[in-house]
Amino acid sequence: MSMRLFVSRDAGAVAVGADEVALALQQAAAVRGVAVEIVRTGSRGLYWLEPLVEVATPHGRIAFGPVSENDVPSLLDALAGNTPHLLRLGATDEIPWLKRQTRLTFARCGVTDPRSLGDYRAHGGYKGLERALSLGSDATLAEVTASGLRGRGGAGFPTGIKWKTVAQAKSDRKFIVCNADEGDSGTFADRMIMEGDPFLVIEGMTTAAITVGATKGYIYIRSEYPHAVEAMNAAITAAKRGGYLGDKIDGSMHSFDLEVRVGAGAYVCGEETSLLESLEGRRGLVRAKPPLPAHRGLFGKPTVINNVLSFAAIPFILAEGAKAYADFGMGRSRGTMPIQLAGNVRHGGLFETAFGVTLGELVDDIGGGTATGRPVRAVQVGGPLGAYFPRGLFDTPFDYEAFAARDGLIGHGGIVVFDDSVDMRRQARFAMEFCAVESCGKCTPCRIGSTRGVETIEKIMRGERVSENLAIVEDLCNTMKFGSLCALGGFTPYPVLSALKHFREDFVPAPTTLQAAE
Amino acid sequence: MTAVYEAHHELWDETRGAEIIAEHASQEGATLVVLHALQEAFGYVPEAAIPMVARALNLSRAEVHGVFTFYHDFRHKPAGRHVLKLCRAEACQAAGGEALAARAEARLGVSLGNTTADDRVTLEPIYCLGLCATAPSAMLDGRLVGRLDEKRLDALVAEAQR
Ligand SMILES: Cc1cc2nc3c(=O)[nH]c(=O)nc-3n(C[C@H](O)[C@H](O)[C@H](O)COP(=O)(O)O)c2cc1C
Ligand code: SF4
Ligand code: FES
Repeated sequence: MSMRLFVSRDAGAVAVGADEVALALQQAAAVRGVAVEIVRTGSRGLYWLEPLVEVATPHGRIAFGPVSENDVPSLLDALAGNTPHLLRLGATDEIPWLKRQTRLTFARCGVTDPRSLGDYRAHGGYKGLERALSLGSDATLAEVTASGLRGRGGAGFPTGIKWKTVAQAKSDRKFIVCNADEGDSGTFADRMIMEGDPFLVIEGMTTAAITVGATKGYIYIRSEYPHAVEAMNAAITAAKRGGYLGDKIDGSMHSFDLEVRVGAGAYVCGEETSLLESLEGRRGLVRAKPPLPAHRGLFGKPTVINNVLSFAAIPFILAEGAKAYADFGMGRSRGTMPIQLAGNVRHGGLFETAFGVTLGELVDDIGGGTATGRPVRAVQVGGPLGAYFPRGLFDTPFDYEAFAARDGLIGHGGIVVFDDSVDMRRQARFAMEFCAVESCGKCTPCRIGSTRGVETIEKIMRGERVSENLAIVEDLCNTMKFGSLCALGGFTPYPVLSALKHFREDFVPAPTTLQAAE
Repeated sequence: MTAVYEAHHELWDETRGAEIIAEHASQEGATLVVLHALQEAFGYVPEAAIPMVARALNLSRAEVHGVFTFYHDFRHKPAGRHVLKLCRAEACQAAGGEALAARAEARLGVSLGNTTADDRVTLEPIYCLGLCATAPSAMLDGRLVGRLDEKRLDALVAEAQR
């Protein structure tokens, strides 16, 4: 009998050598005459342990990591003799970082072969769609609404209401669009699930399609994610072949076709109306709302546009029932959130958990503090438009409303950790610079204000008329907040003002303060 | 598997260009799809292709030009033989990415956004590759590299210069 090994094909694992490790395992095993089967899975999301190698045993999988090519011979020795190994982590499911999670959306990610529809089905895949088919549209909408699911792209809009609006709209054609632009720094959950469990995204979109009466869908993936593009295309082909896309889906009367479209390096195209413009082949200029995409979206037709994680949450909700999902969470934030720990963090990766965990638990306890071992000074939550939080606010629970109450946002769930060498003036400057580079150009406060913001913060950095220039920055932020059509111009003030407020000492240094090292 | 976007490009040729355009033009909202296909084949979108795209898609030249210039990905001239992209977004900044970017600039003698005089290496910024848990990150001709440090960066730069 051959030995079954599992090595991730996730871009994050490949970037640190997973392909080389898989190849070395194959070759070394061949030399030894040992029969091995290497399954390339998604990532478990414990990135500091990648490349992770798992082996199937009668008692479940055993993990080793982080494995390099050089470790391969000793690893094979340990596997052959069932002897100890320095990199042995024990049973994968018992690794505390994994065990503490509540994996509803990411249950299969890192476990199954993302290229195999059969594997997906064998692990509970398409149960949700089958239930939706038997429930019918109204009852499915009721389930999605009752789950309390809110859009995971950032704005947190109730998914059930969005779907209902499109379901009720009368039109010859309707569309389902998956927003896979994931432009926020510090986020990678969309990428992971597209690479690690692509059928889940397809199932979620297909469920939306049969529920609202749409026949065509697009997944708009950013061009920085070539592996995700490849994985989604492969899964779409397999789903078509398996009767889960195309005509008469899963034996029903519904048909649904799905196509991947690739972005072209514009952050603003993650904004839903800009994305629709881009899909239509135009410049990604943000559209004024109303009309809502639910009424007039892609090609002027009623359109459901949701984030990858929103669609990916649907199969669980339908398979297990709305209540099973809504039982997790706090307040109006129901269910789980795949939280992404990134930057200068010891245990970086994907941690799916019920809403309500505090920022401090996430950063210190789960994240293990910084990778450099220096004190954590600031964390940016929610991408480039998210606020910087100091340690003093680490009691904030992960919840849409709790973050808003502290002038922040959870956005797409990314947390970027900085140690005490960070210069918050540079971070404020970068926020403005990013806005200036990525502005679609439609509103003056966003386009011009951000450029002025960069210049003014640079003056502050040079020590020129600091208090006057700080007042100018605050003023600019207010103009951007209230005079911008979308959240790019409207939310750039969050990182800037939070840096000013919580890290004032960086902007008005006492005469004796040493400059932070570069 | 890693070589998703390899840098093997054809020389611009009008007939071949027309063929590529025709292959994708019938899709709905095809402009980006066509521009991507042209760039994948030729390594850039030749000026001469813009009016051809416009004609095929029933758009004005200005419209196609407008789309072409809006998106950071599209090039109007070929890049160097190798393209080294360094992530400049926040998670990579937090992990020391800025110092590495400065080091790459010094080693190659060009600033981000430029190509070396011998046309060998184009050094570009990129804003997040989704590898933020193994930051800092880079991409060399479509191959991803995480946990970048001085040693790994120097090796990448040397590889790009070959
Ligand atoms: C500048 C900007 C960038 C955005 N980027 C993304 C993105 O990359 N992915 C995403 O899902 N939503 C993004 N959004 C939010 C979308 O506009 C929209 O709210 C989302 O696609 C709706 O899906 P959801 O309800 O499932 O969250 C962005 C918004 C703005 C203003
Ligand atoms: S705020 Fe900026 S990105 Fe948004 S619509 Fe206005 S100019 Fe465009
Ligand atoms: S911020 Fe650099 S990879 Fe995400």
